[in-house]
Amino acid sequence: MAIIAKRPDSLREVSFTYCPGCMHGVAHRLIAETVDELGLKNQMTGVAPVGCSVFAYKFFDFDMAQAAHGRAPAVATGMKRARPEMNVFTYQGDGDLAAIGTAEIVHAANRGEHISVFFVNNAIYGMTGGQMAPTTLPGMKTTTSPYGRDANDIGYPVRVCELLNTLEAPYYIERVSLLSVPEIIKAKKAVQKALTYNKEGRGFTFIEFVSTCPTNWGLDPVKSQQWAKENMIPFFKPGVFRDKGTEGGQK
Amino acid sequence: MGNKVLMKGNEAVAEAAIRSGCRLYFAYPITPQSELIEYMAKMMPKVKGTFLQAESEVAAINMVYGAAGMGKRVMTSSSSPGISLKMEGISYLAGARLPAVIINVQRGGPGLGDIQPAQGDYFQATKGGGHGDYRLIVLAPSSVQEFADMASDSFDLADKYRVPVMILSDGLLGQMMEPVEFKEYKTDKEIEELGKQHYDWCIHTNEDGKGHHHNEINSLEIDPNVLERHVLNLEQIYKEIEKNEVKHEEYNINDNNEFVCVAFGTAARIVKSAIDDLNAEGRNIGLIRPITVWPYPYKEIAKTIHGNVKRVFVFELNLGQMVEDVKLAVNGKVPVEFMGKVGGLVFTPEEIKEKIKAYL
Repeated sequence: MAIIAKRPDSLREVSFTYCPGCMHGVAHRLIAETVDELGLKNQMTGVAPVGCSVFAYKFFDFDMAQAAHGRAPAVATGMKRARPEMNVFTYQGDGDLAAIGTAEIVHAANRGEHISVFFVNNAIYGMTGGQMAPTTLPGMKTTTSPYGRDANDIGYPVRVCELLNTLEAPYYIERVSLLSVPEIIKAKKAVQKALTYNKEGRGFTFIEFVSTCPTNWGLDPVKSQQWAKENMIPFFKPGVFRDKGTEGGQK
Repeated sequence: MGNKVLMKGNEAVAEAAIRSGCRLYFAYPITPQSELIEYMAKMMPKVKGTFLQAESEVAAINMVYGAAGMGKRVMTSSSSPGISLKMEGISYLAGARLPAVIINVQRGGPGLGDIQPAQGDYFQATKGGGHGDYRLIVLAPSSVQEFADMASDSFDLADKYRVPVMILSDGLLGQMMEPVEFKEYKTDKEIEELGKQHYDWCIHTNEDGKGHHHNEINSLEIDPNVLERHVLNLEQIYKEIEKNEVKHEEYNINDNNEFVCVAFGTAARIVKSAIDDLNAEGRNIGLIRPITVWPYPYKEIAKTIHGNVKRVFVFELNLGQMVEDVKLAVNGKVPVEFMGKVGGLVFTPEEIKEKIKAYL
């Protein structure tokens, strides 16, 4: 009997801690499959953030570190500089990367650290119970924006890809979504590109996954995807912002 | 070996760290430790090491966390306000049991304070500073030579116990020039071997002959029973350190001391001058200088308080921090007097003599 689908070697036999309908599992799988395909497992390592994916260090089947809130790009910098023979990624959510860790991500990108950053944006703090994130949409209700995010008071959502695209050093920046099967297939291609560039030592690579949080949005998984397509995608437009590996380099 | 060179403390400790096998250094500029970061910027490329000026103290200590997690000798340095920023990372280093060296070239505080020497970070260094139950091994140098020697000592201690180690210096020791003699450079092979001793826990490739592994650099234990075990395990390590690593200097300590002084670092240098003068006038005063301020030489201080000792004097460049530990050591046997100096000012031997003479 032919096996047509199985757990990637780079994921351990450990149950995920994610809610039903959460997309972290999809993002983990895309990374793990790609690590397997590129034959990177023996020299791969990553950094887990603080947030829902705090336990990512348990899920990947290679050595992993867990960082303080927002500091994953700095930790990954130290790791890559200490053992350049290894391939290093960070896995971060929107609160971790775009609020408390803004300085660390901007400067790791600006130095062109030879790491890959996987950024899961679902516009909310999940683990702490649904508070406003730096990427929460205007008008969106959360436990700390109970009347809806007032952009005149607290500002507009941060578009991280666009922000990082103002810097010279990054090698590859793309925003993808995990909101449908075709989009997931596109996302896989982006992960493949990021980790291939990582393997080849090209420079800093950054993938943003537009994602959902059914639990804290108070919607079922299908409705969450629909809501994200209608509300998040117009604000966080998918696309390649930077690809120095192709002719022309920038979109 | 054998060649003495005249160097600032900041440069000497950097050179000694490189010779001890430190090939990774991450820091952010701050006075009065600037010569240290500048020395590293100049010398690290020459030994094919990593010098990286981080975007903040917070980033620098987290880079240290990352590099330490790879099992490599790594260091950062700063001065008081910057050390406060590093406290988050220091707590994580302790929680994840990572060996690393942190140098504090103390200046006046609180807040931005000033850029002159002070010892106001004693509490922060020895009693916590970051969150949670943890300890740092804290070494307090009193000369440029000792500052340099502590670089290799601190890496050895960090590796031995898998704990972060702090060198608690100050602006005077950092800026002052004194003759210093260095140990030989560790060879690349020796440095590689030092890294390999950590293979059972650190992040490294699967291509070292040990097969597949899943090592985690982590301070999170969500199950309270597991976290309890982890913290109690840390306690055992700290007890081991308290048993084995206490270091102090005795200066004119004898059975006939009428007074005993206690001071560390820069303050101890001045106290030595003051009691030299008083002893030349016929007094018999000794000095205990803690070299490790954690673990603290409680027993060693207690031993010097015999029947002839009438009083203990503590001198610090702060409002009275170590004096609490001295009182614990003396345990009410004799009165403990304190004199401090703050604002980045340093007391003179005359001021110290006056303080002691008031009790003659």
